[in-house]
Amino acid sequence: MSDHGAERAVLTVRDLRIAFSQDGRQIDAVKGVSFEVRRGETVALVGESGSGKSVTALSTVALLGENASVSGSVSYEGTEMIGAPEKDLRRVRGNDISFIFQEPMTSLNPLHTLEKQLLESLALHQGLTGEKAKARVIDLLKRVGIRDVEERLGAYPHQLSGGQRQRVMIAMALANGPDLLIADEPTTALDVTIQAQILELLAELKDAEGMSLLFITHDLGIVRRIADRVCVMKDGEIVETGRTEEIFADPKHPYTRKLLNAEPSGRAPAMPEDGETIVETDGLRVWFPIQRGFLKKTVGHVKAVNDATLSIREGQTVGVVGESGSGKTTLALAIMRLISSDGPILFLGQDVQGWKTKEIRRLRRDMQIVFQDPYGSLSPRMTVEQIVAEGLGVHDMHERRDRREMVAEMLAEVGLDPATMHRYPHEFSGGQRQRIAIARAMILRPRLVVLDEPTSALDMTVQVQIVDLLRRLQMKYKLAYLFISHDLRVIRALSHHVMVMKQGDVVESGPAEQVFAAPQSDYTRALMAAALNLNDA
Amino acid sequence: MAQLEDLPKAVDAEVEDVKAHDGYAMPPSRRGFLSPLNQRRWRNFTRNQRAFWSLWVFAVLFALSLCAELIANDKPLLIQYRGDLFFPLTNVYPETTFGGDFPTEAAYRDVEVKCLIATGGLVECFDDPEGLIEDAGDGMVNGEAIEAGWSIWPLIPYSYNTPNNLGRPAPSPPDADHWLGTDDATRDVLARVIYGFRLSIVFTLIVTASASVIGIAAGAVQGFFGGKVDLIFQRIIEIWSSTPSLYIIIIMFAIFGRGFWLLVFLTVLFGWPALVGVVRAEFLRARNFEYVRAARALGVSDVTIMFRHMLPNAMVATLTMMPFLITATIGTLASLDFLGFGLPASSPSLGELTLQAKQNLQAPWLGFTAFFTFAIMLSLLVFIFEGVRDAFDPRKTFS
Repeated sequence: MSDHGAERAVLTVRDLRIAFSQDGRQIDAVKGVSFEVRRGETVALVGESGSGKSVTALSTVALLGENASVSGSVSYEGTEMIGAPEKDLRRVRGNDISFIFQEPMTSLNPLHTLEKQLLESLALHQGLTGEKAKARVIDLLKRVGIRDVEERLGAYPHQLSGGQRQRVMIAMALANGPDLLIADEPTTALDVTIQAQILELLAELKDAEGMSLLFITHDLGIVRRIADRVCVMKDGEIVETGRTEEIFADPKHPYTRKLLNAEPSGRAPAMPEDGETIVETDGLRVWFPIQRGFLKKTVGHVKAVNDATLSIREGQTVGVVGESGSGKTTLALAIMRLISSDGPILFLGQDVQGWKTKEIRRLRRDMQIVFQDPYGSLSPRMTVEQIVAEGLGVHDMHERRDRREMVAEMLAEVGLDPATMHRYPHEFSGGQRQRIAIARAMILRPRLVVLDEPTSALDMTVQVQIVDLLRRLQMKYKLAYLFISHDLRVIRALSHHVMVMKQGDVVESGPAEQVFAAPQSDYTRALMAAALNLNDA
Repeated sequence: MAQLEDLPKAVDAEVEDVKAHDGYAMPPSRRGFLSPLNQRRWRNFTRNQRAFWSLWVFAVLFALSLCAELIANDKPLLIQYRGDLFFPLTNVYPETTFGGDFPTEAAYRDVEVKCLIATGGLVECFDDPEGLIEDAGDGMVNGEAIEAGWSIWPLIPYSYNTPNNLGRPAPSPPDADHWLGTDDATRDVLARVIYGFRLSIVFTLIVTASASVIGIAAGAVQGFFGGKVDLIFQRIIEIWSSTPSLYIIIIMFAIFGRGFWLLVFLTVLFGWPALVGVVRAEFLRARNFEYVRAARALGVSDVTIMFRHMLPNAMVATLTMMPFLITATIGTLASLDFLGFGLPASSPSLGELTLQAKQNLQAPWLGFTAFFTFAIMLSLLVFIFEGVRDAFDPRKTFS
């Protein structure tokens, strides 16, 4: 774009207020937000979950539900969008302003091929059909970096990887040559190496097309890399706004400072010298047979976990790193005996492989698991007290003391007010829910705790707190942790020993300092480059 | 195994008194009657005025019909005879108790028996009962003092199977005696409607409740275990559902004779697969939820997982199916009765009333009564369950 347009604002938001009504109550989501996006500029809206950043973005083209009341002003190229007729809005949506969402799987229609998804948008907004449209589709897909485009036109969304799906979404967003692209956490669901590629692609396309970009994210690493200006949002208000370099160099607002410092830091606590070995595996493998034909003949295997050997001692954390599909969660479930596997699993010196469900049930007290999704792992219809106390009932551990007292003590220990024990999970925030899940596992006083991405769904500031809590509990109870994450920062902050997995294979395994200081395999190096690049660029 | 027992007892290590050690107060042991979620649902339900009032109207009607014996009966509620009180509803009194001739139960609607009670058992009642009853009004008969008695009758002095001596061809149109007329067997239609309403609702409640319990259990097992169990069960249900149930009912009735409980049994036998589909689907979905996996990791048993963690999810889907199930059951009973394959001939059945209406087109009160009874009953139920379904819908907001 030429220089004279650079100062003109494409999107101007003035004193935007959004409230949702639920059960007769008004909940203010956005409380008077003002900002603007100029031509050719990238503006990042940063904030933790619940700060109102996504709602702000959706309101620009009136995509909120019926129970939202919006006031203030949003003008696109001088045209007021709030209260504009639906017909005008439709012309702007997808044409002048395009969206990319977080979940590439749910944003694409699973029953349409790539070609059809893209053709629809072209036909709708530009009236392009036939050979011309097809040529344009191929051109678009090439530009977003999809290889072998001609062969992929007939592919369905489920046949693509997450990164490829996000590329298709970007192609759809670009199809009509928008002036403004709104990207709502476009890389959050992707692996780090893919994240870097998508960000590069977005920056490249922005320059080539002369678009403006409104980028919504919680990740400051991404902001620093891509944004020209930053608006920091907290509780529905913009607390600080300015040029990216300035904000990173000299944050004014205490909340911005807190966000910038929110990175799991420190190292794993010292490990007891002569700790007992809690769990050991030797060449553990989880293979799923691929069966074909009428007689279900096994023609091959999906090797979800292939020859994993590890041992965890009392007070030790073994960190398992890998991108999605690397088999790290499968490995955890196999060690927990929640799925079947081959190869010995020695738990406290006994091979529990092949034990019957009833026998395993007695072991459950000593091996516990905390899951990734704090929203999905708590029964929505049970009170916190019932959730935390459930294990006590199963393992008959209440004979000496009142169960409620034990629950109260455990909740206090994980940093929750015991007075909230009769509430339901939906009344808590994500971080608090993860604390409840940790309390549920810890109340049984287990020896081994498997932590399956316990921090991934949480905001950065909350992640730090959870990491601290886990460290404290480990020191106090000499717990053995099997910690699974895709996030190298968290792994570095907690682990004594690191295993790197790729497509079911363990590509590297060794003491944490050694792996981080001098990675042996190429894959580990690539992973670290992507992660550190994002962190420290 | 031995090593398991050697593990340290984890609980003992901690201090005993929690309240003292950290200074926080224990919350009161609050357990409301309804969980907050259910409180919200009840609020939503009461906001739906149509459903709320339908529930009240239906509840009153059903409560009234439950005491049908006190409203419509061919026996007095209370008799005073020679200074003693008698309760014909609960006790059987032979006619001889009141000075009559027969050792069988007194026919209270006979004018002779009425006379005997009114006059304290005068033998002259067998000659001129009407005259004597009139005469006994002042406590004297032919100048002599008598032990005058009295009796309290229900509002409708006919039961559902009381034959009436009309003195004209049945069915007779509505009049002061029979408010909705009589049917072609001279029985009071209003009394039959009250008893029939009760029978329909009770039958439906029993059948729906039993069929739901069986259906939910079967669906839960299929969905929870999946795989081969699911495959085999599904095939069994397919075969079962395609059984011609009407023929089975006819055959069974021919062998064992008609009866209320046999019909309940047969309807449940062929009605339970209705819910299996939704419950199975909900369990198939829920068994991969993380909280179910978390419960499994805690060592919770399968049965507990099914009932404590997964069933509450399936209940919402079940409740949305309920209105269809209930109206269908009422319809089944009515159509069986209409076809003549339902309850025993003398029982107060709304379906049989409909059949009579069809056979006696010259007596429109039969048809109107049958139509309005069904229309009101089904509308009320549909309104109520519509409200229930909306109240359970988490997306619906009520202002």
